[in-house]
Amino acid sequence: MSKFVVQRLVSMIIVIFIVATLTFMLAHAIPGGPFTKEKALPEEVLKNIEERYQLDKPLIVQYLSFIGNMLKFDFGPSFRYEALTVNDIIRLGFPVSALLGLIAILLALSLGIPAGAIAALYQNMWQDNLVMIFSLIGVSIPSFILATFLMYFLGLRLDLFPPAGWGSFAQVILPSITLAAYPIAFIARIMRSSMVEVLRQDYIKVAYAKGLKSSGVIIKHAVKNAILPVITYLGPLIAAIFTGSFVVEQIFAIPGLGKYFVTSIYDRDYTVILGVTVFYCILLVFCNFIVDIIYSYIDPRIRIAKS
Amino acid sequence: MKSLQKVFLGILIISSLILSGCGQKTVSLKKEVPLQKFVYNIGAEPQYLDPGKATGIPEFTVILNLFDGLVRYDTNNQIKPSIAEKWDISKDQTTYKFYLKKGVKWSNGEPVTAHDFEYSWKRALSPELGSEYAYQLWYLKNGEAYTSKKITDPNQIGVKALDDYTLEVQLESPTPYFLSLLTFTTYLPVCKNVVEKNPDWAKSKDTYISNGPFKMKDWIHNDKIIVEKNSNYWDSEAVKIDEITFTMVESGTTELAMFESGQIDFAVNIPSVELDRLKTEGKVTIEPYIGTYYYLFNTTKPPFNDKRVRKALTFAIDRKAIVENITKGGQKVALAFVPYGIQDATTDQDFRVKGGEFFTDNNVQEAKALLADAGYPGGKNFPKFKLLYNTSEAHKSIAEAIQQMWKKNLGIECELTNQEWKVYLDSRSKLQFDVARAGWIGDYPDPTTFLDMFISTSGNNDTGWKNTQYDDLILKAKGAKDDWLRMTFLHQAEEILMDEMPIIPIYFYTRPTMVKPWLKNYISSPLGYTDFKWAYIDEKLKSK
Repeated sequence: MSKFVVQRLVSMIIVIFIVATLTFMLAHAIPGGPFTKEKALPEEVLKNIEERYQLDKPLIVQYLSFIGNMLKFDFGPSFRYEALTVNDIIRLGFPVSALLGLIAILLALSLGIPAGAIAALYQNMWQDNLVMIFSLIGVSIPSFILATFLMYFLGLRLDLFPPAGWGSFAQVILPSITLAAYPIAFIARIMRSSMVEVLRQDYIKVAYAKGLKSSGVIIKHAVKNAILPVITYLGPLIAAIFTGSFVVEQIFAIPGLGKYFVTSIYDRDYTVILGVTVFYCILLVFCNFIVDIIYSYIDPRIRIAKS
Repeated sequence: MKSLQKVFLGILIISSLILSGCGQKTVSLKKEVPLQKFVYNIGAEPQYLDPGKATGIPEFTVILNLFDGLVRYDTNNQIKPSIAEKWDISKDQTTYKFYLKKGVKWSNGEPVTAHDFEYSWKRALSPELGSEYAYQLWYLKNGEAYTSKKITDPNQIGVKALDDYTLEVQLESPTPYFLSLLTFTTYLPVCKNVVEKNPDWAKSKDTYISNGPFKMKDWIHNDKIIVEKNSNYWDSEAVKIDEITFTMVESGTTELAMFESGQIDFAVNIPSVELDRLKTEGKVTIEPYIGTYYYLFNTTKPPFNDKRVRKALTFAIDRKAIVENITKGGQKVALAFVPYGIQDATTDQDFRVKGGEFFTDNNVQEAKALLADAGYPGGKNFPKFKLLYNTSEAHKSIAEAIQQMWKKNLGIECELTNQEWKVYLDSRSKLQFDVARAGWIGDYPDPTTFLDMFISTSGNNDTGWKNTQYDDLILKAKGAKDDWLRMTFLHQAEEILMDEMPIIPIYFYTRPTMVKPWLKNYISSPLGYTDFKWAYIDEKLKSK
C-alpha cells in the first residue's frame, strides 16, 4: 500500500509540472497581453508597467520564477485586479464555489444513486422509463438555459427565491440545483447500467437462494458493488464542481472561483490563468488519488490485485 | 377569590405588555427616518480603486463618489469650484493658481492641503507607480518627460504647492479644457500622509482614505462595495444619501432580473433585446454618452487606399435602420466623427451642431457613382474582403446588416470574421485586417479626445492613414491661445478626416439606464459615470 501511495505521489507531481508548463506556454502564446487596451497605452507607460510586473524579462526567466514561486504556492499578483493576489482570488472564491459544489454533489448522490438503482430494479418498466426520460433531459439541457429558466420562473414569476446574488441561504438553492442537474442525471445513468450488470451476477442469485431479504440483497450486495463506477466519476466531478462553473456563477452573480477560469484568459491575466489551472489540476489529481484509495477499501479485489 | 386575583393579574400583565408595545411603537415611529440607501450595479469588480491608477467606468463611478477634486460637475453639468475655492489663470493660459478651501478634511480627519495634490499628481506620473493613465497628466509641464524617464527630478514637473492652500500648476501648452480634465480620476488627490506610509492603502477597506461625499465601508471582492456618507466631507450638508451598495453583476439578463425583483435600483447594462419592451413599459431612460461607434479602413491595403472606395462604402450604409432595428437604444446616426454633447468655443454652442453633418445617410446613388469612378462599376471586380469585429452578438448583428447593405447597394461581397477581444485588438494595431469595427468613448468633453486619435503618430490610429495637413491642424489647435481659433482648427481637421474617410462613422453611443423612479437628482455624466453627491430618495414615491 505505501509503495502504491509513493508511486502515485511522484506521478502526481510530474502531472502537475507538465500541466503548469503547458499552461504557461499556451497562455503566453495567445496574441495580446494583459495591458493590450482599446485605448492604446503610450509606449513609455507600457514599458513602466511591464517593468513593474517583470513582463520585460525573457520568457524563460519568467517561467523559472513562476515555477520557483509555485513551489512555495505563491502565484503572485493578478495583473487585472491590483487589490488581489492570485492566492487571494483562490482563497476568496474557492470556499464559495466549494459550498455550492458540495450541496450540488450531495443532491446528485442522494437523488442520482436511488434513481439509478430503482431504474435498474424495474428495468423496462414505467419507473425505469421515467428515470431515463428525466436523466436524458438532465444530461442534455445546457446549464445556462436551466439557470435562466429557474431564475425566471422560481425567482421572478413565483417569487420563491431571490433571482440572483450571494449572501443568504435562499440564494444558494437555484444555483445548486442548476449545478446538480447534470451530475444527478449522469449518476442515475451509470448507476442504472452498472446495477443492471450486477443484478445478473451469480452471487446475487446465491444471496437470494440463501433466503436473504430482498432489501438486504439489494443494499448490501447489489448497490455496494454497483456503486464503484459512480465513485470513479466522483473524483473528477468533485474537482470540477468545487472549482466553480463560469456559466452558473455568471448568471447567478456568485463571487466564486469559476469565472476566473474564463475571464483570466480574456484578460490575459497570466498569473491568474496559471494559478487557477494549477490549483484545479492539484485538486483533480488529489481527488483521483483519494478515489483510488476508497476503491481499495470498498472492493477488496482491487486491493489484492494492486498488492 | 384566588382565581379572580389571577384573572386581574393576567389582565394587568397583558395590558401592560400591550401598552408598552404601543409605547415603543410610537417612539420608534418618531425615530424612524428611513436610511437613504440604494443599490447601483457597476457591472464588474473594479480593477483598482486608487485614483492615480484607475482606468475603467466602474472604477470611475465608485471613485467619483468617494473623492472630491479641485472642481466638480454640478447638477447642470457645469464645472464648479469644489476643493479649490477659486483660481487665477495666467494670460498665456499655461499657469493656473488654485486657492484651496480651508478646513477640508480626509475621511480620517486630517486636512486636505495643496501638498496632497502635488504629491498625488507626481505620484501618478512616476514610472515606479506604472499607472496606465499617467498620460492623462501629460498636460503638466514635464509630465511626459518624467513618466518616460527623460528627467528624474520630480521638482521639474509643473505642479507645486506654494503653501498649504495654494497650488500652482504649469502646463506644457494652453489647454482650454484643463478645468474639465481636473474632474478626471487621475487628477483627484490621495492622502499624502497615508499613501507615503502605505503604498497598498487602496487594497483594503480598512486603510482606504478618501475626501469625497462618501467613504469606504466594505469591499467584498467580486460581490459588492458599500460606501457610506462621509461626515468629514466639507460639503456633507449637501449629501442626503446615507449608503450606496455597488454590485458587480456582469450579466445584463441577470441585472435586469435583479432590477425587476428589487435587488438592484440602478442598472446601466441593459440587454438590447429587452429594450423595446422596457421602453414601452417606460422603465428606460436614455442618457447621453460621448462616444462613437465606427469602422476602420486599413488604408494601406488596396482597394481601401483609394478614398473614393472608402467614401462609397461609407455612404452605402443605412444607419437609421441600424439604430432603429438593431441597437434600439435611442442612438443617433453618425454622419461625422465627433459626437454630440461637446461644447464649442462658447457655452451655448455644441461642437457637432456647429460642425454639422458631412454626408447624407444611405446615399446609395453617390456611393455607386464613387465606386464606379474608382474602377468598380456595380461592384465588378471588387476584391472580396473581410470585415473584422470582436466576438459579440451585438457587433455581429450590425456587421451582418452592413454586409447586406454593401451587397445590395454596391454589389460587393465581404466575409465576416470575429476574433476574441485581445486577439482583435492585436490584429487592429498590427493592421492585419481590411475593415474592422471600433468604438471610442471620450475621456473628457472636448473634440481633441476624438480628433487626436488620427494624427500619424497616435497609438490609436489603427488605419495606417497619415495626413500632414491634419497633423498640422491638430498641432495648431494645441498651441492656439484663443478657444475660438482652436475650435476652428479642430473643425477644419474633422473636415479633412471626413473628406479622406479612413473611418466609417456609424452611430453615436447612448447610455440606456434603468433607475427606480424614487431616486432623484443624481448626475449622469456623458462620460459614463454617475455622481450621487446631490442625490436623494423620495420616500413618498418609494413607499407607494
